[in-house]
Amino acid sequence: MLSKRIIACLDVRNGQVVKGVNFEGLRSAGDPAELARRYNVEGIDELVILDITATLEARRALADTISRVARELFIPLAVGGGIRTEDDAAAAVEAGADKVSLNTAALAAPSLITRIAERYGSQAVVVAIDAKKDGDRFAVYSRSGSTATSRDAVEWACEAESHGAGEILLTSIDRDGTRIGFDCAMTAAVSSAVSIPVIASGGAGGLDHFVDVFTTGRADAALAASIFHYAETSVRTLKEHLRQRGIPVRL
Amino acid sequence: MNTGIALIDYKAGNLTSVKKALATIGATVFVPATPGELADAQGIIVPGVGHFGATRALDAEWTAAILERIGEGRPVLGICLGMQWLFEGSDEAPECPGLGLLAGRCYRLGRVRLKPDQTIKIPHVGWNSLDLRREASIVDGVPHGAQVYFTHSYVAPVTDDTVAVTEHGEPFAAIVQHGQIAGVQFHPEKSGDVGLRILKNFLDLVR
Repeated sequence: MLSKRIIACLDVRNGQVVKGVNFEGLRSAGDPAELARRYNVEGIDELVILDITATLEARRALADTISRVARELFIPLAVGGGIRTEDDAAAAVEAGADKVSLNTAALAAPSLITRIAERYGSQAVVVAIDAKKDGDRFAVYSRSGSTATSRDAVEWACEAESHGAGEILLTSIDRDGTRIGFDCAMTAAVSSAVSIPVIASGGAGGLDHFVDVFTTGRADAALAASIFHYAETSVRTLKEHLRQRGIPVRL
Repeated sequence: MNTGIALIDYKAGNLTSVKKALATIGATVFVPATPGELADAQGIIVPGVGHFGATRALDAEWTAAILERIGEGRPVLGICLGMQWLFEGSDEAPECPGLGLLAGRCYRLGRVRLKPDQTIKIPHVGWNSLDLRREASIVDGVPHGAQVYFTHSYVAPVTDDTVAVTEHGEPFAAIVQHGQIAGVQFHPEKSGDVGLRILKNFLDLVR
């Protein structure tokens, strides 16, 4: 049976892992390669490196950070942040990324999804959606959550899939860094609407938040950062908890 | 002269991860630019992800050179799309013949409805377990139930060549071996220690 994936996210700025709350107020959480190594030993299923300032400062994801992390890990690695063109994607892939995560640039030009999918395959293209609850819809934001768009998360996820996206990384801006739990309603809405896997992100604080997002949230994978960075929860403890609750995991 | 393992680059995905994993287990790897450079390859790996139509790049000349090496008893390992190419063909690109070294034809995973509102997602992405069906050198030291990383929508049928089966709504061939010919549907280069072990087993077959 296919396991539910636990993904650790390394938000990287200037070569260091940082973490904020509601996309703001960053504090340092250490060296990316060191954290990646620890997570791998603990049994993380996948890693995401997000160069969180890349879009705002128009910088490309640091190839150097990617290759340092990719050098010794034999699990899937996705890279996002500032990937605007096929060349940016190629640079990330050549540095060792298995997948690239597109956000702002895909919103501006959805054909970018198709072009990268045609070059590297759909499995290599993750479309990241940052969204916020807005009445009975989920409003999509671009530029690291700073700019409102006219799109709805469910509609945009479906459109991204039709353009060739292989996975959706869905982040709740409301929940980001708050540790009050994932937005299960939003995750379930998107996951039910697409046939590709949906990775839930934003709000992980306790073990049962993961249980919730895999059951009521219908997530295929869940991503977290803070709870792993400060060693509050080990990946292994989390997976054992999930297994006890009948959720298939890789242990 | 190029010796070692020839990694076939037909522009179906990126070879960086495969190269890195092979280097880690001590393999000597080269990427032949022409079919002629395959002459002294001790073993061949056909990687690849994406659409079966990409195998079109492996034209008559490449196919002949690869078959010639295999005919001489040099081991071959197909990974993901590369494994599917070892079969007769795939519904994904009916006009493209496979190598035909293994009997059977690849087909799309069905969408099986388990409970109301719950569908098996396609593509099959993530870690899933190996149900070992028989002994084979390619799975030497691999524990039953070990998990490996998949990402694909099409699958190869379960046949006598199947070594391990994985289920995603339906059973399909996860590992195949027929003498010196082996294939894995998942990505050993992304499957942690289990993946490296399988690549090492292939290396042992080459040596």
